[in-house]
Amino acid sequence: MRIPGLDLDFEALSAPVPIWHAQVTAEQWQTAATAVRDEGGRLLALWAGPMGEAKNAAGAAHESAFMCAAYATLEGAFWLSLPLVPMAQTGRPLVYPDLAPVFPSAARMQRAAADLSGVHALGAEDQRPWLNHGAWPADHYPLQQDPGKLPLVEATELVNYPFVRVEGDGVHEIAVGPVHAGIIEPGHFRFSIVGEKVLRLEQRLGYTHKGTEQRMTQLAPLQAYRLAGRVSGDTTVAYAWAYCMALESACQTSIPQRAAWLRALMLERERIANHLGDLGALGNDAAFAFGLAQFSRLREDWLRVSKAVFGHRLMMDCIVPGGVTSDIDRTKAELLLQQCDAVEREVRTLFNIYEAHAGLQDRFMTAGRVLPALASRLGLTGLAGRASSQAWDVRCDHPFVPYDAMDVVMATHHNGDVAARVAVRFDEVFESMRLIRRMLDQIPPGEVACPVQLPQQSARGAGWVEGWRGEVFVALELDGAEQANRILRCHLHDPSWQNWPVLEHAIMGNIVPDFPLINKSFNLSYSGQDL
Amino acid sequence: MIWKVVRQIAKTGIRTEAAPDIGAIDAAQAARIQQELLDILGQALTIREVDAGSCNGCELEINALGNPYYNLEGLGIKFVASPRHADLLLVTGPVACNMETALRRTYEATPWPKLVVAVGDCACDGGIFGESYASCGRVANVIPVDEVIPGCPPPPLDILRGILKAVRRRVKSGARVDG
Repeated sequence: MRIPGLDLDFEALSAPVPIWHAQVTAEQWQTAATAVRDEGGRLLALWAGPMGEAKNAAGAAHESAFMCAAYATLEGAFWLSLPLVPMAQTGRPLVYPDLAPVFPSAARMQRAAADLSGVHALGAEDQRPWLNHGAWPADHYPLQQDPGKLPLVEATELVNYPFVRVEGDGVHEIAVGPVHAGIIEPGHFRFSIVGEKVLRLEQRLGYTHKGTEQRMTQLAPLQAYRLAGRVSGDTTVAYAWAYCMALESACQTSIPQRAAWLRALMLERERIANHLGDLGALGNDAAFAFGLAQFSRLREDWLRVSKAVFGHRLMMDCIVPGGVTSDIDRTKAELLLQQCDAVEREVRTLFNIYEAHAGLQDRFMTAGRVLPALASRLGLTGLAGRASSQAWDVRCDHPFVPYDAMDVVMATHHNGDVAARVAVRFDEVFESMRLIRRMLDQIPPGEVACPVQLPQQSARGAGWVEGWRGEVFVALELDGAEQANRILRCHLHDPSWQNWPVLEHAIMGNIVPDFPLINKSFNLSYSGQDL
Repeated sequence: MIWKVVRQIAKTGIRTEAAPDIGAIDAAQAARIQQELLDILGQALTIREVDAGSCNGCELEINALGNPYYNLEGLGIKFVASPRHADLLLVTGPVACNMETALRRTYEATPWPKLVVAVGDCACDGGIFGESYASCGRVANVIPVDEVIPGCPPPPLDILRGILKAVRRRVKSGARVDG
């Protein structure tokens, strides 16, 4: 396992997906980024690692700080840790080489790391705060604190954000949010427009930042799956699975086969639930209220069966370290099968209606277009990426149990417009229906959970799951048993980090009234990126 | 084209279910709920939803209230786009410190009777996020709250019950719209 042009010793993490870890120097940090890009790989996540006191191999305490990056290639995921030279030795803040020139999506992740951990990308073009809106002091770094004795933080006044100003004849601004008109999450959009045409959109997010990653370090590793499942409520299954995978990987635990199959069953049901909701909302945003009424009814049917079978409408807290909370018997399996048939029949009818509706297609086609070349350069990922020819899907690229027995067919499209994102959703609904039937038919017997033994030594684990929106990546670092197996750092990465900046490009040249439609076609998470 | 739409509508039929029981209400509950709303407000109940930092789970269930099963608008309750048009604020999430100002301003912009219902465990008591450098905790730490609806997230029927309870309580306490 290697990155071309780099002589690195990678350690394979014990996980169902191929994930490797290595420590790098500042020079290798940059070479790796360029090498991955040149090979067609992607930046998966970027975050500041654990900070502060740590024990080295010889047992002597020393100050430590790390910057971490994870890359995805067709071979798997690479997690690189770069040790930073502490301020005590250099007299300047913790710095590392800027990755944004290689991977533009790194920019916001770097700004977030600066706000939360006080580590800075050297020479980065955009150094405005991202998550810290002024509500806490600029020199307070929440992830540098000892979770056992958190200081009382003085609340401070919010500060103005220097938006980029577009000037010229007839240019004016429309400011939207953070409280939006619909029942959606908060964020601020600043449009610079001429007439109806959008010249530029600048997003300001971070409004729902609620200290999730600091909270993570206060929880016991076996309990923290609940918080992971609340990073983004619509992706609770994918997050809980990715966190549990990371924990099980750190603990060298293999879960029972049946547990993995049940997790996948829930993941596919979550995918369908969200696609049903979005397909309805997309119809509605194009003034086709019939679509919303029909799809929201199907979604409600779907959630009610989830409640009956798994005990929760969104399947929150159903995935736990070591497995899942409940098994399905023959009656429940039958109920799930019947629902697949009933809902699929209706979705096919609606698909035909959507396809044949000229007014609807007129709104969908060419709106919010992201061409494949731009998508690739900016790192567009997940569902939106696949609609712009970015053919990546963890279930297909690195099929783990039970996807290795499924031959998952990836849904892709090359137009990159709203219509393409709608088409990918329809295709994924039908494919997930097929997967669910196959799972119910072939699920192996056995236990649905096993005990998880926390490690004696400090350990590292990672989880990588294809959620409905895109890949969810979790990087976990645990302390040893002597330190009560504290969570030193847990980074929970949402694909929205990569996709939000692309939305700024997708809207350019479109008209303002199409923004809700284009925005919904991406349906990105605020809470997932605000953390 | 249009016949396909019509056929699907006809085939689906009316799926709306009875409104939830909120205590001593019987078969005529829907009509009574509407009458109560009229008594209190003299008009339909309008709601402005504010996500003050939730994980989006509560929003999914609030959105579900609009589906044909719950048919919220059929009860004379609707969501509006501005707090200035709202009788009631439905607030979710632990209040993120980054949202505190926006929540206060939304509250200030809301005219009388300015009802506030906190939805979900986080809005009720801070939930799993609690209070920290970035979270002000429960909604009541920032603005006055009339009713809380626990649950993570609370199912749509619980949310509907909570909204009706908040409105009824105002009736009992004798608050009336004047003019």
